[in-house]
Amino acid sequence: MADTAFETVAHEPGAAKPDAILVADGVVRRFGGLTAVNVDHFEVQRNTITALIGPNGAGKSTFFNLLTGFDMAQEGSGVFNGKPLRGMPAAKVARAGMVRTFQLTKALSGMTVIENMRLGAQEQPGENLARAFAPPLWRAREREITEQAHDLLHRFKLYEKRDDYAGSLSGGQRKLLEMARALMSKPTMVMLDEPMAGVNPALTESLLDHIVELKEDGMTVLFVEHDMHMVRRISDWVVVMAEGQIIAEGPAGTVMSNPRVQDAYLGSHHDTDLFEERDA
Amino acid sequence: MDILIQVLTTAIAPSTAAFALAAIGLNFHFGLTGLLNMGHAGFMLLGMYGFAISLREGWPIWLAVLVGLAAAALFALLLGWPTLKLRGDYLAIVTIAAAEMVRFLGRSQSLAELTGASTGIRGSDFKAPFEELSPFADSMVEIGPFAMHGTRSSSWWLTLVTWGLVGVFALVFWRLSKSPWGRVLKGIREDEDAVRSLGKNVYSYKMQALVIGGVIGALAGMLWAIGNSVQPDAMGRPTTFWIWTLLLLGGAATVFGPVLGAILFWSGLTLIKALASAFIPSDVLAPTSLEPFSLVLVGVALMFLVVFRPQGVLGNKKELAFNG
Repeated sequence: MADTAFETVAHEPGAAKPDAILVADGVVRRFGGLTAVNVDHFEVQRNTITALIGPNGAGKSTFFNLLTGFDMAQEGSGVFNGKPLRGMPAAKVARAGMVRTFQLTKALSGMTVIENMRLGAQEQPGENLARAFAPPLWRAREREITEQAHDLLHRFKLYEKRDDYAGSLSGGQRKLLEMARALMSKPTMVMLDEPMAGVNPALTESLLDHIVELKEDGMTVLFVEHDMHMVRRISDWVVVMAEGQIIAEGPAGTVMSNPRVQDAYLGSHHDTDLFEERDA
Repeated sequence: MDILIQVLTTAIAPSTAAFALAAIGLNFHFGLTGLLNMGHAGFMLLGMYGFAISLREGWPIWLAVLVGLAAAALFALLLGWPTLKLRGDYLAIVTIAAAEMVRFLGRSQSLAELTGASTGIRGSDFKAPFEELSPFADSMVEIGPFAMHGTRSSSWWLTLVTWGLVGVFALVFWRLSKSPWGRVLKGIREDEDAVRSLGKNVYSYKMQALVIGGVIGALAGMLWAIGNSVQPDAMGRPTTFWIWTLLLLGGAATVFGPVLGAILFWSGLTLIKALASAFIPSDVLAPTSLEPFSLVLVGVALMFLVVFRPQGVLGNKKELAFNG
């Protein structure tokens, strides 16, 4: 599934993109003596689906946390949609239009599905303490939010569950809820940390369709994933990390045959998919 | 019949109402936000010190109330500032220690001029301005089977004010917990990283909850002091644990849980004490052992509660139960 935007992009680490929504430079994150992330240059093309892959311990999730403000880099800078990311707390990153999901799904179990959804919305004046006392100031917005939530719940096939507690949903449904909740803020970029982890095969297809829909709706998607089938099916561009660095970039078809990528995987952990790729 | 009246008198007593109010404050912390405040008695003690000392110095009563509330708000800001960015358990450790520090400072000899050290502040030094506002007679007043003084100490006047304030703050809790603001707090209780990823300033919300709950606790402390006196050792760890107990008993995160919990806890204790003194001969159980004995029974009852109804009487098990 090639995207024309990438026709002119070099297949090399840190390649420049024609219209980058997210740019990171010289990002270094050390934990004591261990350098978990050391990325020279990284760009994500607007309105595409980019996959971030790599063997276990490659620093993908740490890099993800750095980009979304959940962790602070020792060095480096980033720009998202024209806004500098350096020192920006996670909540502000989200308000700027870059929302994320988590590897271990964070459905808010003690709240109903619809309340989970409403919480995702921005600009609800009733979230201010003083205004919370006066419902006329926030009821209208609450109705808008609820309508938006219902639309999304229909799309993600969770509408029937709207009054159930999120804790009663299955693992896959929680993934769907988390993604739908992230969309409540009408983001420009969605960051998915292992969206397929723990999802049963029956749900995988619909989850993939949902991610493709995000792109059709004009959003940019960056996701971390181990499932190579998924990476091949939906990603326009693949970025490979190993030992904290970006070692290769390119379309899914070619990046897997890159010898550096194969070394990175086979040198540490055997990945069956890559194995097949090499044997082919 | 005597026992029944005794139990009912405890149920409507101003002290019971003060505990209900304190539990409403803790409900903002724990029920809504999931904050483990293990030093609620410290907020109450600060409130009563601020109130009683101001009144003793001859300040007007509205100002005295403000001083008490401001002291608790400052205390909350000071505690929250370093700890609310950390994991929840740290707040528990810091609050329990800080509350003990307030108590020890209060009872230290070097502050005797201000706080009266371990003897505290006598009721007669600060109660007059409140009692002057009483619309009731300055004598014993009987309403139905209940006999209380109209104006002094644990009076009908104080009963009216305390339960009135319990009503007001139950209403405030209801309004806020059903608002988008309360929704953010509940989200934080469930998983603060998730709420952060949705663009909410988690630190600010936790601070707001800590201050509001602490200020309500301080108000409860003032009301308790009017019914009794300012006594630092009455506001030690057991008080905090009683408030936790009755909140969980009634049902955390509910509007009436704290109120029902306070009534059940204190009247239950009175009932057990009354029954024990009526039916257990004094050579089996000395009168001085009645109080500890009743507390043991209350403890056993609570163990059954944890096992069979972990969400409390009014609570919703799907939302919040105290075995997780």
